[in-house]
Amino acid sequence: MLKEIFTKPKKKKYATIPSESAKQDVPEGIMTKCPNCKKIMYTKELLKNLKVCLNCQYHHSMDSKERIESFLDPNSFEELNAGMISENPLNFPGYLEKLEKDQKKTGINEAVVTGIGSIEGHQAVIAVMDSTFRMGSMGSVVGEKITLAIEKADELSVPFIIFTASGGARMQEGVLSLMQMAKTSVALKKFSDNGGLIISIMTHPTTGGVSASFASLGDYNLAEPGALIGFAGRRIIEQTIREELPEDFQTAEFLLKHGQLDAVIPRLELKEKIASILSMHQQEGDLEW
Amino acid sequence: MVGELEFERPVTELRKKIAELKEFTKNADVDLSDEIGKLENRLEKLEKEIYENIKPWDRVQIARHPARPTTLDYISYLFTDFFECHGDRTFADDEAIVGGIAKFKGLPVTIIGHQRGKDTKENIRRNFGMPHPEGYRKALRLMNQAEKFKRPIICFIDTKGAYPGKAAEERGQSEAIARNLFEMASLHVPVICIVIGEGGSGGALALGVGNHIHMLENSTYSVISPEGAAAILWKDATQAKRAAESMRITAPDLKELGIVDQIIPEVKGGAHKDVQKQAEEIGKVLLTSLKELRTLTEDQLVSHRYNKFKSIGQYSFIKDVIGVN
Repeated sequence: MLKEIFTKPKKKKYATIPSESAKQDVPEGIMTKCPNCKKIMYTKELLKNLKVCLNCQYHHSMDSKERIESFLDPNSFEELNAGMISENPLNFPGYLEKLEKDQKKTGINEAVVTGIGSIEGHQAVIAVMDSTFRMGSMGSVVGEKITLAIEKADELSVPFIIFTASGGARMQEGVLSLMQMAKTSVALKKFSDNGGLIISIMTHPTTGGVSASFASLGDYNLAEPGALIGFAGRRIIEQTIREELPEDFQTAEFLLKHGQLDAVIPRLELKEKIASILSMHQQEGDLEW
Repeated sequence: MVGELEFERPVTELRKKIAELKEFTKNADVDLSDEIGKLENRLEKLEKEIYENIKPWDRVQIARHPARPTTLDYISYLFTDFFECHGDRTFADDEAIVGGIAKFKGLPVTIIGHQRGKDTKENIRRNFGMPHPEGYRKALRLMNQAEKFKRPIICFIDTKGAYPGKAAEERGQSEAIARNLFEMASLHVPVICIVIGEGGSGGALALGVGNHIHMLENSTYSVISPEGAAAILWKDATQAKRAAESMRITAPDLKELGIVDQIIPEVKGGAHKDVQKQAEEIGKVLLTSLKELRTLTEDQLVSHRYNKFKSIGQYSFIKDVIGVN
């Protein structure tokens, strides 16, 4: 009897694995767990902080609706070409079903939302990619909507601002997706030659064909902290060169260090910084002398 | 036979048999000319059947054939006075892209193209035709030079893709490709692009913003390699053949999709069977292309290119709009 007091309690003979639902054991909606620092916080407070973790500054992904609401002046947004939808040019099995599923899930018709809006009173055409729709991948519709948005900015002589979030080209539209890189770049060049201002804000993730076209073609190339930005996927590079890549490889900070970005701007400062840049590109400034 | 491809094996086997029989009749005292004649007839039919019904996956094999003519091969047949220009003036000379000036039937032109190696040693030097950012920046430098001297630009596309490596990312592979797409858009000279082998994704497109895009009959042009597509779509890289069929990557496919202007016919069995004849075929198309584009003014050339790319893509509109607002 006495012995038992001094011996360690027997270990459980089985292991417990928390279920997927238990891992994120907070009731949907009320609390949110930060995937970076694992701290649990009120969703309401997180949203108020523009989905930036209150503890570790991790920038949670934003969908197009949240982005537009947080970035543009209230009620200033007027959407363009909302009803444009994809076809199935290669007759890819299951493609239309996948699109329909994402349309129901996200409430938008394609992976980019475009329109006219204002930022602290400065009018601009804005395009916001949405990574919740087919990973933000670019097919014919994304390319065309962005091109039409650029043409609209040209027509109105206002700046063009794009928030990128995309895994790259959309496989199911094959080479047509690839050609959207050229289409959007050609439109940007014309706009740029007419004196148009282009601001690209790369958010998590911006890779492949999108990073190798309009995302990199801003007069100002900006990014959110921690965003993954790159051309080739990390795994492909590791397989090709057979060595491990640094921890911060292809992050916004890595790109900044290697001279690929003008600045990395925290989300809470973004609106103010962009408004300030826009004010410096007005035809006439308010001279103080 | 060296470099023989799977799909043409029946042809080469039959051809070998005929040669054997001919050899045999020479030494033996039998007359087999009847049989040989019959076999030759069959060979002709078989060749027609096989080479006129090349499957997408077979075209991929032809496009990747180690002996397939490269940019430099065609330059030596098509142009005179070629002077190769090296380096991006910033970092290095990327030998996966070659470029320079030359004359095409007397007309000074700028030529830029991806360059694979013919053997392992050369392939290592040329990184298997997969450029780094400095390769694209060299190409852009030569394009700007062509713009200054009002020379037409001819691009040969032949790459598996831009190199996926650490150094390439550090030096801005994305930006280098994007910059070329952007700058090519406003060139005031004719730009003619010819896909001669593999047109692999953004790495190919970075030399591909042309007024005219032509493709050799057995070349491919795709958003991703068949192996890559299979790995992403079905998590199985061995399904490459299936991907090659469903991704629509062959010259006839791209013509149908409205991307390619002209398909350049290849010599029977692929360009590697007769480089000189193949170069002649390319020369014919190049000549008509140049003649046509030289009738356009500088501004017309820019808008011609704009309209070409603006029209690529398929989409439709729905009435009951579910918008953000």
